[in-house]
Amino acid sequence: MKALRYGISDTLVLAKRSLLRIPRQPDLLVGFTIQPILFILLFVYVFGGAISTPGLDYVDFLIPGIIVQSIVFGGFVTALGLSDDLKKGLIDRFRSLPMTRSALLTGRTLGDVATNIFQLVVMFSVGLLIGFNFSSSVGEVVAGILLLLLIGYAFSWVFAFIGLSSSSPEASNAYGFTILFPITFVSSAFVPVDTMPSWLQPIAEHNPFTYMVNAARALFLGLPAGDNVWLALVWTLAIIAVFAPLSAWKYRRVVAQ
Amino acid sequence: MESAPAVETVGLRKSYGNVHALRGVDLRVESGSVFGLLGPNGAGKTTAVRILTTLLLPDGGSASVEGSDVVRNAARVREQIGLAGQYAAVDENLTGFENLDMVGRLYHLPRGQPGTRARELLSSFDLSDAADRLVRTYSGGMRRRLDLAAALVARPPVLFLDEPTTGLDIRSRIELWDAIEALVSGGTTVLLTTQYLDEADRLADAIAVIDQGLVIAEGTPRELKSQVGGERLDIHLCDEQRGDEAVAALAAIASDRPFLEDGSVRVPVAERRGTIADAVRRLDDAGIAIDDISVSSPTLDDVFLNLTGHAAEHEGEEAEVQSR
Repeated sequence: MKALRYGISDTLVLAKRSLLRIPRQPDLLVGFTIQPILFILLFVYVFGGAISTPGLDYVDFLIPGIIVQSIVFGGFVTALGLSDDLKKGLIDRFRSLPMTRSALLTGRTLGDVATNIFQLVVMFSVGLLIGFNFSSSVGEVVAGILLLLLIGYAFSWVFAFIGLSSSSPEASNAYGFTILFPITFVSSAFVPVDTMPSWLQPIAEHNPFTYMVNAARALFLGLPAGDNVWLALVWTLAIIAVFAPLSAWKYRRVVAQ
Repeated sequence: MESAPAVETVGLRKSYGNVHALRGVDLRVESGSVFGLLGPNGAGKTTAVRILTTLLLPDGGSASVEGSDVVRNAARVREQIGLAGQYAAVDENLTGFENLDMVGRLYHLPRGQPGTRARELLSSFDLSDAADRLVRTYSGGMRRRLDLAAALVARPPVLFLDEPTTGLDIRSRIELWDAIEALVSGGTTVLLTTQYLDEADRLADAIAVIDQGLVIAEGTPRELKSQVGGERLDIHLCDEQRGDEAVAALAAIASDRPFLEDGSVRVPVAERRGTIADAVRRLDDAGIAIDDISVSSPTLDDVFLNLTGHAAEHEGEEAEVQSR
């Protein structure tokens, strides 16, 4: 019981630490605000005219996709933070304290949920300003937002693993973007899958990221969801189930080699 | 009158692949003392500290802190120790106050205590004015002081300082030494690793010299100095050509063969008392005129050269294998 109470309080202390970092590092703040806004504007006003999305305005098509992508990359702070802690020796300080050992990981990933909420507010606001409309029930919108937060949480664990596996914040940056960028683009996030070459379509269709984007689109736009919501949920939970233990294992190894 | 040691290791071993960082290290640190673990880069000092602070598992042997085994009872050990190190492990994106407050909370100090303790420590380390500034604006010396303060948040009975002054300028080093001395007078046991011989000489009650994973000498700074042959007479002759005659004349009073160096005659002596007069008399009898004569006490540098056959390295960061 005491262990659980300490586990929660240690996690909160370290989540707060993770969050305090963001406003104090202008480059991170830019990454969370200006960068996604720029992406939205670029896609809508530069590429949008050339991309045909039958039955939907491009802005309605794009916003759910680009928000899922931004949420996935939101966990990047965790990779950056953990590799920085490793490099600067802070992990040694934490590990020499009588705190709950896993709290450094649970604190960071919990902190990411807060940044993800902030991202959602920024991006939906911009979306609404340039003509995006929710066209589903309140219940579906709420379910969609919860799904987005769960997706963000899952990818925080992926980034935790990347951060613990890389030798520097720069390296974790390179790994994260090299692996995740193609995955997010070869999906239904920015263009309809059926406009891709036929050899690429099956890959894009079965990309878990496509399920997540389609699920968000269905829940926010009131489109038929098919199996997308369930598949997105299963994939998200599976990612947590794999990467949370993997990160914990890596963290112990980094510690007790 | 044997009391339980604050820190004890028996046959401690640790290897990283083919690199044998520790090859059977026995240490015993008395409660309330300052113990200096002295050695060059890569000697195994940091590895020993990392095992004692539960950051690393040993391959063999045992280690305990305040009677608790560092492997079997690691959680208990963590409640008893503070760690400050060469990396100055403080969060740059937090203020000085936030750093100490966070550490206090992670030690599970009672409600309200972390903040109070943080203010108290900031004031005693002369950081009150910088308390609410981000640590990334701090100087190197301020970071080390904050790091040391962070190690003291829970008033641990045993403190590990891993190369606390590596890379600091002279003024900051002296400030940090003063802070460490003040601590010790409060009864804290300190295990300090250093590659600075003067640091061990100034701070430590007992020293173990470690090289290539083995303890090669132990004792008080004074004992170690006497181990290299005690003191030495340095005699400068009016006529440097007569050095060999002087060596022959002084051989009888030397504890080891006198030798010539930089135009002076160096005479190792076991006991300084009476030897100056004796030396002057013998040279006078031989008709050799003395220009200058002085007694030099060996430094720990001499100890080191004598024990390891190579000089201690003063420059550069600790290059030990890190556990990645």
